[in-house]
Amino acid sequence: MTTIAELPPGFVDKVLSAQSTFRSVMDAMARPGSVQRIVPMAGTAGPIMRGTAAIALTLFDHDTPLWLDARMSESSDVTKWLKFHTGAPVVQDSSIASFALISEGALLPTLERFALGTNEYPDRSTTVILQVESLDMGRSFELRGPGIDGVAMLQASIKPFDLFERLRMNEALFPRGIDVVLVADDAVVAIPRTTRVESKGS
Amino acid sequence: MYVAVKGGERAIENAHRLLAHARRGDQGVAEISLDQISEQLGLAVDRVMSEGSLYDRELAALAIKQARGDLIEAIFLVRAFRATLPRFGTSEPVNTGAMRVQRRVSATFKDIPGGQILGPTFDYTHRLLDPSLAEGFVPEVPATAEASTAPTPRVTDILGRDGLIESSPQAEDGASVGDLTREPLNFPADRDLRLQNLARGDEGFLLAMGYSTQRGYGRNHPFVGEIRFGEVEVEFFAEDVGFAVPLGSIELTECQMVNQFKGSATEAPCFTRGYGLAFGQSERKTMSMALVDRALRARELGEEALAPAQDEEFVMSHSDNVQATGFVEHLKLPHYVDFQSELGLLRKLRQEFSKAFAETSAPDAMKEAAE
Amino acid sequence: MNAPAYNFAYLDEQTKRMIRRAILKAIAIPGYQVPFASREMPMPYGWGTGGVQVTAAILGPQDVLKVIDQGSDDTTNAISIRKFFAKTAGIATTTTTVDATVIQTRHRIPETSLHANQVLVYQVPIPEPLRFLEPRETETRRMHALAEYGLMHVKLYEDIARFGHIATAYAYPVKVNARYVMDPSPTPKFDNPKMDNSPALQLFGAGREKRIYAIPPYTKVVSLDFEDHPFEPYRFNAPCALCAAENSYLDEIVTDDKGGRMFVCSDTDYCEGRQAAGHHGSLSAAPYKEKAGSHG
Repeated sequence: MTTIAELPPGFVDKVLSAQSTFRSVMDAMARPGSVQRIVPMAGTAGPIMRGTAAIALTLFDHDTPLWLDARMSESSDVTKWLKFHTGAPVVQDSSIASFALISEGALLPTLERFALGTNEYPDRSTTVILQVESLDMGRSFELRGPGIDGVAMLQASIKPFDLFERLRMNEALFPRGIDVVLVADDAVVAIPRTTRVESKGS
Repeated sequence: MYVAVKGGERAIENAHRLLAHARRGDQGVAEISLDQISEQLGLAVDRVMSEGSLYDRELAALAIKQARGDLIEAIFLVRAFRATLPRFGTSEPVNTGAMRVQRRVSATFKDIPGGQILGPTFDYTHRLLDPSLAEGFVPEVPATAEASTAPTPRVTDILGRDGLIESSPQAEDGASVGDLTREPLNFPADRDLRLQNLARGDEGFLLAMGYSTQRGYGRNHPFVGEIRFGEVEVEFFAEDVGFAVPLGSIELTECQMVNQFKGSATEAPCFTRGYGLAFGQSERKTMSMALVDRALRARELGEEALAPAQDEEFVMSHSDNVQATGFVEHLKLPHYVDFQSELGLLRKLRQEFSKAFAETSAPDAMKEAAE
Repeated sequence: MNAPAYNFAYLDEQTKRMIRRAILKAIAIPGYQVPFASREMPMPYGWGTGGVQVTAAILGPQDVLKVIDQGSDDTTNAISIRKFFAKTAGIATTTTTVDATVIQTRHRIPETSLHANQVLVYQVPIPEPLRFLEPRETETRRMHALAEYGLMHVKLYEDIARFGHIATAYAYPVKVNARYVMDPSPTPKFDNPKMDNSPALQLFGAGREKRIYAIPPYTKVVSLDFEDHPFEPYRFNAPCALCAAENSYLDEIVTDDKGGRMFVCSDTDYCEGRQAAGHHGSLSAAPYKEKAGSHG
């Protein structure tokens, strides 16, 4: 059993690390498809990547119900680390989660199972943080939408392979929808609900 | 030649220096101490604590001094400080039934267990200016008697025993209490948030709103079941020790209104409640609050909500004097950029008007001349 | 007595997290007003508390902050807010638009085009563009949910019927990304076109009304109008008396009580930059006055 003293650490400088990480995520969300780097590093636990750990420390707290995929929720290292450093309550019901942590694409449930927001409060939706293999190599994608000057190109190795097809539901749902943050190690790409993605093959 | 206005920074510094000077006033007059404010202007301190939402007499007195006696400015100072304080949790509900009462009156019964206690009150004073207070006044020693050990049960509890008044809603175990300073407010709002909003609300605003219900704008037939003022214990349930530990005692005023009865085919008629609570001795505030609380329950009690005091969005959006004063006073900030845009539009409209007027009236003028 | 100790950029970390989450949702839903638990700030509501909270939540030690009010860095409220951040965050400040990474503004968008490494933070008094048509939040929220904006068009059309023009000169409503009608804050409508397809991120904070909203970079922002009454930005038809700019928004200065007026750039940084580059108007002050005669 891990004791608190043995838990991997959080940020060294909570205030400035959170600020720097937030700016990377904000830039990613404001410029979909652009690859942002997360600089400040913290300890990680189990399958949590470095970038994911920093995002968790930056955005999660008592007020953000958190849904974990099976691999994450079965790891007591993960749940203890998250509980100690963020205090975020882990929930079984994905439809009330502010954030969902997905360690790998195969474990991503049907997107409709997350909170999609309402037409009155579309912000009450789950932000899905999905860990992927690579955000600089792999298939090519063309992105269009707010935040993008014309077209943005993204090369990435992403599972599930049909992620962007699944995210097309955002088009019909808007303003409701799911916002996705992709993480590969320290790299972050955001796909907010307004982004349209087309696969250009490998 | 024109030189743009500069030096705003120095102007601000100088203005604040002048403010400090004006605050102190004539330095030949002794400086007022926080103790003097707290002891001799106690009701001002109570109001600043209530609407400032922070129970600290010393800080409230400091705020009043810093604000030169402007209570809304003092409330603002206290609020801004409060916003930075860490919070450790929520106290246990205070038991006002066990209050050490200094004053307690009921308008609904001639005598009640524990008795009517007038306590320190302006009631029945003749409002004649008293020159003897101007200087060197030494009050008479107050009349004393053996402290009564008789319990002072709440009048609403006495009515409740016979089912004559609706039961006070009981919080579910573990249910969280809303906090509008930590979560954005949405409408419709539950009663916990409404009461919090009213407790922080401006006394003058609540007074006017409560008064309007008496004059027929959402009348709810109020009787003062009881007003009590005194000390209560505050306890905090500490997870690590497993029981509630006392934090200290505070002074509160509570007003329970007994209002217009309700009833239906399935429910025996009974009186309804309006509730007011404030820090310190704040009777006008708690009575107004109770009237408005009852008015705002219109929806829940199936009454038609037509009057301003029954309109929760209207009341809750305008009760906060820190918000209200900020927005009203922001009108003195420069608006010359938007004003200029408006001016441009108005000039254009006037130009077009003159042109059109000249065109339409010219033929008329000629016609008149011909006749 | 408890002497208060304040965090970097004043706000505590829990508050920053809450605001940061709201900002991310605001960016993801362009033009939608995200409710947030606005805190009581040490400056009055209506004086920029929303903008200040947004700025405090994004600001880091590497940032260079510019604060303007009415286009000017030297207005009292701009100075007061700039000093607040210099004191609580120890960050660098500037008056030069291109050098700033974060620009907090009240009532203007700088004349100098913004670039991709900038965030423009607007102070917003009333974020709800429909508020003056419908005072009830419950109603306006429903109207946004259904994208039911007919009331706004009726209002603009009534203006035309009465005055021959759309009688809104500032806080002129826009539609963001073809979905949400949004209040651009009380900027003169002259500034509206600058919001469209801007390389910079635009964030809006309304403290008293507890709303945050955003326009991501490169997003379509259209001023509402009618085919037969197209949107027209207004500008007083004169060059700036100091820098001779023909395309900047102008302040009207009353010079005497006999109808004397002069018009100068509202954006003081832009105007000073032009003067330093050798442009001069009819009433330029020293050191440009020696050239003033030739244009006067």
